[in-house]
Amino acid sequence: MELLAKTTQIDFIGKRKIALVFSIILLIASIYSLTTNSLNFGIDFSGGTKVELFYPEEVSVIGIREVMASGGVSDAVVQHFGTKQDVLIRVPLTEQTSDDKVSTRIVDLLAASEIGSGEVRSVEFVGPTFGRELFEKGILALIYALIGVMIYVAFRFEWKFSLGSVAALIHDVLITVGVFSILQFEFTLPVLAALLAVIGYSLNDTIVVFDRIRENFRKVRDTATDDVMNISINQTLPRTILTSLTTLLVLIALYFFGGEALGGFALTLIIGVLIGTYSSIFVASPTVLALGAKAEDLIVEVVDKEGADLPDIP
Amino acid sequence: MNKNPAWKYLAVVLIVAFGLIYASPNLYQAEPGVQIIGARNAVVDTTILERAKSVLSSADVPIKDIRLNGEKIQVRLASEDDQILAQNVLKADLKDLYPVALADMPTTPGWMQSLGGAPMYLGLDLRGGVHFLMQVDMDAAERKANADYYEDLRKKLREEGVRLSGITQRDNGAIVVRFKTEELREQARGLFARDYPELVATTSENNNSFVLSMQLSEAGVSETRKAALKKNMLAIRNRIDQLGVSEPVIQQQGTDRIVVQLPGVKDPSLAKDILGKTATLQVHLVDEDNQASAARGRVPTGSKRFFFRDSRPIILKSRVLYSGDNIVDASAGFDSQNGGPVVNITLDAKGSAVNSDVTGENINKRMAVVYVETVADTRFDENGDPIIKTREIKEVITAPVIRQQLGKRFQISGLDSSKEANDIALLLRAGSLAAPVYIIEERTVGPSLGAENISKGFKSVLYGFLAVLVFMIVYYRVFGAVASFALMLNLVLIVGVLSLLQATLTLPGVAGLVLTVGMAVDANVLIFERVREEVKNGAPPQSAIHQGYGNAFSTIFDANLTTLIAAFVLFNFGTGPIQGFAITLCIGILTSMLTAIFVSRILVNLFYGNRRLEKLAI
Repeated sequence: MELLAKTTQIDFIGKRKIALVFSIILLIASIYSLTTNSLNFGIDFSGGTKVELFYPEEVSVIGIREVMASGGVSDAVVQHFGTKQDVLIRVPLTEQTSDDKVSTRIVDLLAASEIGSGEVRSVEFVGPTFGRELFEKGILALIYALIGVMIYVAFRFEWKFSLGSVAALIHDVLITVGVFSILQFEFTLPVLAALLAVIGYSLNDTIVVFDRIRENFRKVRDTATDDVMNISINQTLPRTILTSLTTLLVLIALYFFGGEALGGFALTLIIGVLIGTYSSIFVASPTVLALGAKAEDLIVEVVDKEGADLPDIP
Repeated sequence: MNKNPAWKYLAVVLIVAFGLIYASPNLYQAEPGVQIIGARNAVVDTTILERAKSVLSSADVPIKDIRLNGEKIQVRLASEDDQILAQNVLKADLKDLYPVALADMPTTPGWMQSLGGAPMYLGLDLRGGVHFLMQVDMDAAERKANADYYEDLRKKLREEGVRLSGITQRDNGAIVVRFKTEELREQARGLFARDYPELVATTSENNNSFVLSMQLSEAGVSETRKAALKKNMLAIRNRIDQLGVSEPVIQQQGTDRIVVQLPGVKDPSLAKDILGKTATLQVHLVDEDNQASAARGRVPTGSKRFFFRDSRPIILKSRVLYSGDNIVDASAGFDSQNGGPVVNITLDAKGSAVNSDVTGENINKRMAVVYVETVADTRFDENGDPIIKTREIKEVITAPVIRQQLGKRFQISGLDSSKEANDIALLLRAGSLAAPVYIIEERTVGPSLGAENISKGFKSVLYGFLAVLVFMIVYYRVFGAVASFALMLNLVLIVGVLSLLQATLTLPGVAGLVLTVGMAVDANVLIFERVREEVKNGAPPQSAIHQGYGNAFSTIFDANLTTLIAAFVLFNFGTGPIQGFAITLCIGILTSMLTAIFVSRILVNLFYGNRRLEKLAI
């Protein structure tokens, strides 16, 4: 079976202005939403207490809210998740609820009430300074990953390609985070980890195209850079689509079967894979072109066989 | 063309065997058991083993196996009911001496174990348990050290008979001593230089007095902090031993944090009560002469106002006679006369000497036992930034009249409940913390949620894998089947490597596994697309295969290496669960290069190599 029977000849590079407008709209929307709505931070980053309870029978959140309010935990947000037997209680950080004893208080209050405390499925507490620290470390990790990638690509290819790939990555991360901001999805630690995986994935896609561009620069001399890019993107298109498909397949499985804990993680990657696939075609190469890359940039020495500078393959 | 040399078959067989051997311990479910763990001054040995055997048999608990394994006695049981029963009867018999913990016993066959095979080490989010990250208040540790130096220096001068005209401590911890003559100052300076090399001396003169100022050096400060962390970790370890938890993890994180992980602990509040408590006891004499003036709020120097639990004030002498540090043993019990809860205390040599002197001299006066606990308060400043400060709460538990001279042992009464007596006894036994700690992160996962996470994770891997498998076979036919086999082998290898390394598998780690399934076929997709291209360009089948694999290699290498960079950064930044994700991703990338390039090529060669082909099933 084949998706594309013949090698396609789509003029991707020619459509780079339309893509540019599209990307800029997405980026502006993302940045605007991030500055006005911020992110819906989970307690990993905002700090606070989260208690997950399971009751053998359906239970009313209104009753639980009353118990919380009369017990002095007035800021508690009580809601069902999944079924009517599952209850999630969230308490933000305040001066009165800044320590790890809030969860014990919640459970004790409920146990003393008619409702009972059910089964405590999980408790999370993140202290006041620690959440912020995790967030700062996360942002730093994203930056380090980008720098690491930039160095590697500059070393293996050339600095214009390095900038092109990093531009695509920043584009992907910003828009993915932007989607989380616009739709106010909860931003948690696994989501941040997934963002780093998005960097890995999107880069993978970009490198495959770059590699083909390098190869074609060597094969077809005297061809304009944008034509070489078009040929390369078209040649790698089946692979780009297929790998995105298989990755999306597993992510969809993860989203539907992985449970609540991995839902956000899967969602981030689904958004990231879609945007990453787009950016490796419409952002990375056009950026490199705009920076004025030429065949000479990559052909330092004449290597007659691709991969000759690498260890022998099996 | 495309023939396999014999060594390649051998290599594949070895790779498959390696994967199967190290992955297979995961097929054996752990069985319920209990562990009897040796404590600080109680080593488990064959006598305890025999005792445990007889206790269990007299309680009619069927035992599958019981043995002494290093510093633990391990008992295997048939059911979880037996497990709880066994723990209860053993606890009742062994009392506080030997903690008895529930444990999951691996059932890995002996030959696998001898090869180093073991099931994957599951993170708390999969097996259930409690994770705490504790912040050690280092400023408090420093203050405490400085306060101790103040007492030590003063005592030193008194013992050596060096007359001083005044001693004070500044807010920055510097101890300032004034002398009448320069000779006295130099004498003191000589003494301090010999015994306290970590203190830096500076001298000055003013108002006809010779001043010597002693302050902890920078190296001394960092030494103090290190020692405080070490002592805290030890105390926490002792406390956990008292709780009876199998396989606890206690690790230093950075310079001022401690990670505690307690697998299988179902009630975090109990663990929290015990672990984070800086509670200790201090014994003071009651200032009998000034109780009346206390009511009017005037407290003479050398004394301090304290409160009982019911808020009655009492004036105590400031000097601490001895504290929790001087206690070598403590056990909870009941008063023989009124049946109230008590704690029986045994003091060390220094403590008993002081106790006997002081009680001998102060018969018919009162002595107060003060319970000291540190709590952390959070305030938010005008920018909304949190400021955390620890503060001590001191409560007088009891202030009995001294009827007779006391010595090594004594009893504290006046406690609220026998639970409190138990907690205090445990804390005193385990040793006090050198500096206050407070919890900055807690993650508790109940056992049922852990089990649910495992089953959901397993389902995601399975369905993700099946979807990719079907897709690949439909799309690439024979080559797709080869890729599917490579992918399956890749999964087995990842599980095998994770088991061998005993790296922690977390729920995000499972997500990493799922993601790897999707991304690992990328290498094969790259290769197969290349083969198709070669075919389209008119290459004969055999050379299409050869060129396809050859041309795709550098791309796969570059693409995977960059993903590895991201995974590596993730590992270094991440906390526990996220590191689990980074680990599976890293291992997955490496094993996928092996299976998708090397193994799949050998299989393709096996199908197509060394014969004339008209067409490829791709």
